[in-house]
Amino acid sequence: MSLLTLDKLSVTFGNFRAVDQISYSVEAGEVLGIVGESGSGKSVSSLSVMGLIDHPGKVKAAQLTFMGQDLLAMGEKQRRKITGSDIAMIFQDPMTSLNPCYTVGYQIIEALKTHQGGNKKQLQQRAIELLTLVGIPAPETRMSAYPHQLSGGMSQRVMIAIAIACNPKLLIADEPTTALDVTIQAQIIDLLINLQQQKQMGLVLITHDLALVAEVAHRVIVMYAGQIVESGPAAEVFSTPKHPYTQALLASLPESAAGKSRLMALPGVVPGQFDRPSGCLLSPRCPYATERCHEEVPPAQGPLTRQVKCHTPLDMNGSPIK
Amino acid sequence: MNMFERQPPTAPTRLSHLWGAIKSDKLALLALCIFSFYCLVALLAPFLAPYDIDNPAFMDLINGELPPVWLGGDAAFFLGTDVQGRDILSSILYGTRLSLTIGIGAVLIQLCLGICIGLLSGYLGGKLDAFLMRYADIQLSFSTMMVAIVVLAVFQSMFGGAAYQQLAMLMLILVLGVAEWPIFARMVRAGVLAEKDKEYVDAARILGVSRSRIMFRHILPNTVSPLMVIITIQIANAIVAEAALSFLGLGMPPSQPSLGALIASGFDYIFAGAWWIAVFPSITLVILIFAMNLLGDSLRDHLNPNGGWR
Repeated sequence: MSLLTLDKLSVTFGNFRAVDQISYSVEAGEVLGIVGESGSGKSVSSLSVMGLIDHPGKVKAAQLTFMGQDLLAMGEKQRRKITGSDIAMIFQDPMTSLNPCYTVGYQIIEALKTHQGGNKKQLQQRAIELLTLVGIPAPETRMSAYPHQLSGGMSQRVMIAIAIACNPKLLIADEPTTALDVTIQAQIIDLLINLQQQKQMGLVLITHDLALVAEVAHRVIVMYAGQIVESGPAAEVFSTPKHPYTQALLASLPESAAGKSRLMALPGVVPGQFDRPSGCLLSPRCPYATERCHEEVPPAQGPLTRQVKCHTPLDMNGSPIK
Repeated sequence: MNMFERQPPTAPTRLSHLWGAIKSDKLALLALCIFSFYCLVALLAPFLAPYDIDNPAFMDLINGELPPVWLGGDAAFFLGTDVQGRDILSSILYGTRLSLTIGIGAVLIQLCLGICIGLLSGYLGGKLDAFLMRYADIQLSFSTMMVAIVVLAVFQSMFGGAAYQQLAMLMLILVLGVAEWPIFARMVRAGVLAEKDKEYVDAARILGVSRSRIMFRHILPNTVSPLMVIITIQIANAIVAEAALSFLGLGMPPSQPSLGALIASGFDYIFAGAWWIAVFPSITLVILIFAMNLLGDSLRDHLNPNGGWR
């Protein structure tokens, strides 16, 4: 059984569809990468899994289950029991994710206390173990440090410690390294992957960083304007992208423009609420768009393990199949 | 020295930071000293005062209207006596005690109501927020004095003088407390709105922390800095309001005089030559209010380095 299963999940804010009927699943011990440009619905979809979409946002899904339990049908209290202990999440900006008024130790212990309980000494001990596990030097003294005394990388380590405090089965990392500098990024990702393998967690890694996904993820989902345009094994998707958008994303990496005078970029912007095209959402920007692309919404096609939402998927050589 | 013995850098806590700032600001330090002195005097009034004002033997008409010592009065009454022969110094000490109690009590009520309503309004939002804030607007559009005068006058005529004398302090605290909570509620709500979208709130929600705990333990501590400024200024305001009400005869009864009531009772004799009955309590009141406002001002400067909050 899958750890997390989403089927036709939509998140709407008024008339605007931030996430449009996406379906995916995460298995235990798997690293799933979700990539896409800003505003493509990556974060909103994961927030909806955690139940953090507030009014006026609305979440609808044919299925949203965690280990067979229907997250949408259960009451808020029961859901809170699952999120936080079995599903955990870490955020983009570690500096604002810790409450500035409390010490690091207090915040880790609060996480432990909410779901596990235990006496003060045990909690203290466990918190120090967690800090050691995420590689914080002198954890005993750091327990009484306030967030403003920590660097960004340290704060993110503390966030990770809080997230794994209750041994979650699934960890959602929403751009965990975006706010950190490059050398720290690599350390944090190493830490996440190590913990993921140690504890055999499912890990959903939401990021802009294609190279990172290519390196660590087993499977990858490419999102555009709230839809999943392509999904499949990471190596395959990046070596032979089938969707023009994935191809464009890869081509826009500085590495792939070596020797060229200009970096490749798709013209135009992601369609907003009022200029959604009637056919394929990428059609106004797609270099291969045909008449049919502008009129008909493309279905997701291909085997379940390798799907692409396009009328003219690309072949092995990167040119559209006629 | 091994690595584990090394202490991480310690930053000053908020209070010690504030204390440092006040220490370097002479005017603020003076204001703080004055305020502490008043609090101490108020606490120790029964021990410091030469006479017990609750004791009927304390009133002796023979001693009436004695001037202060340096103007040829009796050495037993340093600041002179009032018409009934009560020692002004003792009355002032007890009056300060009453005035401060009423001021702080009223602000505590304002604070409790303001924090609860502001948190609920800001965090839950929606219709509740709209209702509570419009209600606050309506309440603020009536002047506090007007509300207090109406309520206290009605209470006085309904229950008669005797009951009123007993309950006067409680009524004043309640009326002044209930009349001005919107000031705190608005401030707290503004802070909550700024804090509630920060990621640490989401992180707490994910952990499954209960709503009330998120409101009181996670958001509230991050919104208290500006409250400290209003607390000092509101205490001063409440004391002034109480003095004004007492002056109008709606506050503390003459048998338990607050500073305002003392001024009121002395006011009748000010042109009859016995100016000291009204002037000494007035000076006491003015210095207290002045110090509290100074303190509020410097707190504002130090808590908000950008300045500009008005």
